[in-house]
Amino acid sequence: MAKTTSQDSQATKSTTQAVKPVTMAAALNSAMRDALTEDPTVVIFGEDVGPLGGVFRITDGLTRDFGEERVWDSPLAESGIIGTAIGMAMYGLRPIVEMQFDAFSYPAFEQIVSHVAKMRNRTRGRVSLPIVIRIPTSGGIGGVEHHSDSSEAYWTHTPGLTVVTPSNPTDAYSMLREAIASDDPVIFLEPKSHYWMKEGVADQSRPALPMNKAAVVREGTDVTLLSYGPTVAVALKTAKLAEEEDLSVEVIDLRSLSPFDDETVGASVRKTSRAAVIHEAAQFGGYGAEVAARVTEREFYHLAAPILRITGADIPFPAPLLEKYYLPTPERILNALSTWEWEV
Amino acid sequence: MSLTDESRAPVELPDPEPFSLISASGKAVPAKARRGYNLPDLDILQKLYRRMVVARRWDTQVTALTRQGRLSTYPSARGQEASEIGTVTAMRETDWLFPTYRDSIAVWTRGVPTAELLSGFRGDWHCGWDPKMHRTAPQTTPLATQALHAVGFGTAAKLSKDPIAVATFIGDGATSEGDTHEAFNFAGVWQSPTVFVIQNNQFAISVPIAKQTRARLLADRAVGYGIPGYFVDGNDAAAVYTIVSEALDRARTGGGPTIIECLTYRIEPHTNSDDPSRYRGSADVEAWKAKDPIERLERYLDSKGAIDEALKESIAIESEEAATAMREAMNAEPALDPMELFEHVYSSRRPALLEQRDALAAELADSPNAEEASE
Repeated sequence: MAKTTSQDSQATKSTTQAVKPVTMAAALNSAMRDALTEDPTVVIFGEDVGPLGGVFRITDGLTRDFGEERVWDSPLAESGIIGTAIGMAMYGLRPIVEMQFDAFSYPAFEQIVSHVAKMRNRTRGRVSLPIVIRIPTSGGIGGVEHHSDSSEAYWTHTPGLTVVTPSNPTDAYSMLREAIASDDPVIFLEPKSHYWMKEGVADQSRPALPMNKAAVVREGTDVTLLSYGPTVAVALKTAKLAEEEDLSVEVIDLRSLSPFDDETVGASVRKTSRAAVIHEAAQFGGYGAEVAARVTEREFYHLAAPILRITGADIPFPAPLLEKYYLPTPERILNALSTWEWEV
Repeated sequence: MSLTDESRAPVELPDPEPFSLISASGKAVPAKARRGYNLPDLDILQKLYRRMVVARRWDTQVTALTRQGRLSTYPSARGQEASEIGTVTAMRETDWLFPTYRDSIAVWTRGVPTAELLSGFRGDWHCGWDPKMHRTAPQTTPLATQALHAVGFGTAAKLSKDPIAVATFIGDGATSEGDTHEAFNFAGVWQSPTVFVIQNNQFAISVPIAKQTRARLLADRAVGYGIPGYFVDGNDAAAVYTIVSEALDRARTGGGPTIIECLTYRIEPHTNSDDPSRYRGSADVEAWKAKDPIERLERYLDSKGAIDEALKESIAIESEEAATAMREAMNAEPALDPMELFEHVYSSRRPALLEQRDALAAELADSPNAEEASE
């Protein structure tokens, strides 16, 4: 008899006994290692994820330690990877698949948007697809064309998908564990410029913040910077520079792009009455437009100024030697904030 | 265990003559032309006959009710019964089917109740049945996407040492899609227990097969994937049943995937909104009607004395019961609950969705006759 999809996640709810991660890459690796150990239905496949450990080495050592029937190299075809992951999830496995780079996820667009996102709704909740689609995302590493896209708006615009992105190793571990344990499909965006950042060390003393919650990563009173993934670090730098100008900046790491944590963001905006959203993706029709619109709808009477978007320009992601002109910087953010009228 | 088969055993091109066991005139193909296969036992042939007759009656009734407006659309499989019913009759209950929109009679023959099956075409929900209960995936509309789901499902079964097989239907037009290539390739590399049944009904809506491929046969592609390929008379239920049975057995016992091209013909329009007079002549349709899958099997069974009045009578009763049940199911007003629209999108409730649900509820409460008024 065919197995059915487990409604009960076998993965642990406690995510705090992790091996102390040093880099985001190591944290992600630990999360998958722990999930593979605890749940026999977890499998990993994709391009080069086997003996090579992925082009970013995120799956390093997993084929060696868990065998080829748990972690293996697939043929080089992204629609095929997602399409077969759907079938595996229907059978009762919990596949984790890797899209090698952001822009290489596009061949899988149809499978993700037409099936991954819709299967549960289509079948009235009878078939859920517990698939994690890991996508190294965004720029900042001098990648050649197609290696630096920020594709989040495509996914957040699709009902049925959960879209999250960690900005530090602690979150990378706990959020990936929670994504694997989720019965819903999760687009897991990994800021590739942060893979090898070593300053982030997991704080094992406190319980992990749930994946669907935003985090106030720096408190302030004058402005709320809404950031996620690679722009959290940029927002924090901005906040530090702003101190010199006597501007108190609160920084929020959204973490979950869909669902959106209206509560945490709303509380912050009601306190500061000013907000700006920062992302690498192009501005027009981007994720920041949704953030600005929904915060405006809900908090308009608490706002002292229009919500700003400091984003990539509405141009294709530039060639590596030109990307520094495209990516949002603390200077650009401070300049944008200075366009507000500050007299109250 | 490794998924990958590194033996790379060569496979041969299929015979360009469609494999057949019972000719269009209803005679057994001579033993020397049967390529070593025997005809299925008479009780199997009677089962195929019964199922095809009942399925056609059901299909005809759905088409009629669609014309009356009870369903929003229906792609008929009339003329393709041998491929559809031959395939599902070869399957075990524990095997899984990954069908397309064309394959309603196959899904129905697998036991999915009419009202649940036609939910999508009537328009009350996208998929009305429980795929796990009937081991039948939802019918897909995006072409060839289901072939990859089948491969993944079969691969998961293989990894779990579960000796089942998976069958999936693909149309001739869908073989031009990239997902068909990826499905064949993944299945070959992983030796997934998947049987691909290509129903070459010769038209993708209006576009004939010559505009889809320059290949001699669609089944010729199998060689390129290291997969056995077969070219079968898709209007010969005995031939389809025989080749699909063998392929499913091979899949269940570790022999990997098979690609089977069934040459058939779509007698009806693509759907009720299609106009075939713009792209094909009635002479072609008549020529294919002469190769009808049901008539030929009936003639063969008759020649063997395996079809008497009592059998015909019981099939006729079953057909009418199916048609009546179908009419009743579609004439009953479907239960529609707009609040359910928000129920199944995620496994847990999202506040933003609940807000939208409550807004709709309030809207409906304010104007209880809103739905009637808009009609």
